[in-house]
Amino acid sequence: MSHHIVEVTGLEFTYPDGTPALAGVSFRITHGESVAVVGANGAGKSTLLLHLNGVLVPQKGAVRIGEIPLTRQTLPEIRKTVGMVFQDPDDQLFMPTVYEDVAFGPLNLALPPDEVERRVRTALERVGAWDLRNRPPHRLSGGEKRAVAIATVLAMGPDILVMDEPTSNLDPRARRRLMDLLASFEHTKIIATHDLDMALELCHRTIVVHDGRITRDGPTAEMFTDDELLERSGLERPLGLRACPVCGSLPMAGLDAAEGG
Amino acid sequence: MAGAERAFLDLGRLDRLAYADTPVHRLDPRAKIVATLVYLVAVVSHGKYEVSGLLPYAVFPAVLIAQADLPLGYLVRKLLVVAPFAMLVGAANPWLDRVPLLSVGPITVTGGWVSYASILVRFVLTIGAALVLVATTGFYGVCLGLRRLGTPRVMAVQLLLLYRYLFVLADEALCLVRARGLRSFGRRGTGVRVYGSLVGHLLLRTLDRARRIHTAMLCRGFTGEFHSLRTLRFRGADWAFLLGWSALFVVLRLVNVPRLVGALFV
Repeated sequence: MSHHIVEVTGLEFTYPDGTPALAGVSFRITHGESVAVVGANGAGKSTLLLHLNGVLVPQKGAVRIGEIPLTRQTLPEIRKTVGMVFQDPDDQLFMPTVYEDVAFGPLNLALPPDEVERRVRTALERVGAWDLRNRPPHRLSGGEKRAVAIATVLAMGPDILVMDEPTSNLDPRARRRLMDLLASFEHTKIIATHDLDMALELCHRTIVVHDGRITRDGPTAEMFTDDELLERSGLERPLGLRACPVCGSLPMAGLDAAEGG
Repeated sequence: MAGAERAFLDLGRLDRLAYADTPVHRLDPRAKIVATLVYLVAVVSHGKYEVSGLLPYAVFPAVLIAQADLPLGYLVRKLLVVAPFAMLVGAANPWLDRVPLLSVGPITVTGGWVSYASILVRFVLTIGAALVLVATTGFYGVCLGLRRLGTPRVMAVQLLLLYRYLFVLADEALCLVRARGLRSFGRRGTGVRVYGSLVGHLLLRTLDRARRIHTAMLCRGFTGEFHSLRTLRFRGADWAFLLGWSALFVVLRLVNVPRLVGALFV
């Protein structure tokens, strides 16, 4: 399934008010990869993500999903393949009940009713939210909203999941549940996040974005122990890679680069 | 602000009532919408001094409340929330219209008081019927019904989204008001200028959110039409409901039943 490949070449984007957001971004993500996109606020992460399913169309450069180049004509096809989970679930859940919200996408795909019902059920069961199906979205907790938002995307049957800050605003238990859920997906995943510990756990590869450019693209553990790079990109070492604040013992991963604390 | 918060939570309860399963809930939304519409037109079209002729109309909400097992106290509280509007609308009538209309013993009742009473009765009847409609159909059901009845798509979709984001908007407004409250002491900081900027901010946030929601909808293949899994079927019971009630409203509009009954005993 070459469908799962995401290829971005020389992507540039400037907002209408003149703010440059992306200045030549290129990468290739292959089938089943799980990739974190990290960087300081305003580095261009969200803008990059919005290009991946055509919310924004490249001003320069190109985006290809599988064999299909992203253009206005291929948008419907691309959006079926690339599922986008937004940062604020309230933006994504607009129907009166959870069930109807998850059915929204499949109904727009003009699937037959029994197939729609099957997909809604599968998606909600997958995220453990089937019991919430008759609830209005605005009455759910933060973690529940997030799970349902993911179900709305799963019901479209995408090959690639693009997520903006999936763990933000969640309590630790809800964050853990969400991470376990994401780890269980076999989709190609692209996750923009400030939660570097989550990135370390879920993504073997990380792309660091700074001032609209990619400053580094490589294995996550290696990158998060490069203090000089992290400093330059407005980031800091994830807690999981720091010396223990209580006993001072070194972390298990990335021992070679840790200077001790 | 706790009052406003509670009012919004209460609104959710109105919607939850619609999940019940009674013969009234099971009716096609269209039957209920059209019957309510006929009802509203009948009630509103009476002359401005009509009071007695309006009273029998109470039978419609009363029967539905009983059949649908709705909590009367809750609906009455909802009515009271909007009551000030109706009371204001007619408040000047007794002063403007001083023509004596009838006298009961030593008390003379002017036209203004009668028309004021008429406005209040109409208010209770119309808002009551609308509340019953939403409580037995759900806001979504009403929107869906309106759409199938040929309401322009834009309107039905707007209504639906308005209802969904009422809660989010209220939350954002509450946050702004709280943030202002924390940094204003006494009267300072609560003036009109601050208020203007507050409302402006709310508008900007709303526009931003609208854009994000639209994006999210496009990402899931939205083309302007809300599809639904619910299929509406207009059955015999729906026809019976619609035609039966409509016929009654027409009769009530043409015949003043209380006066008729009164005449029988005179």
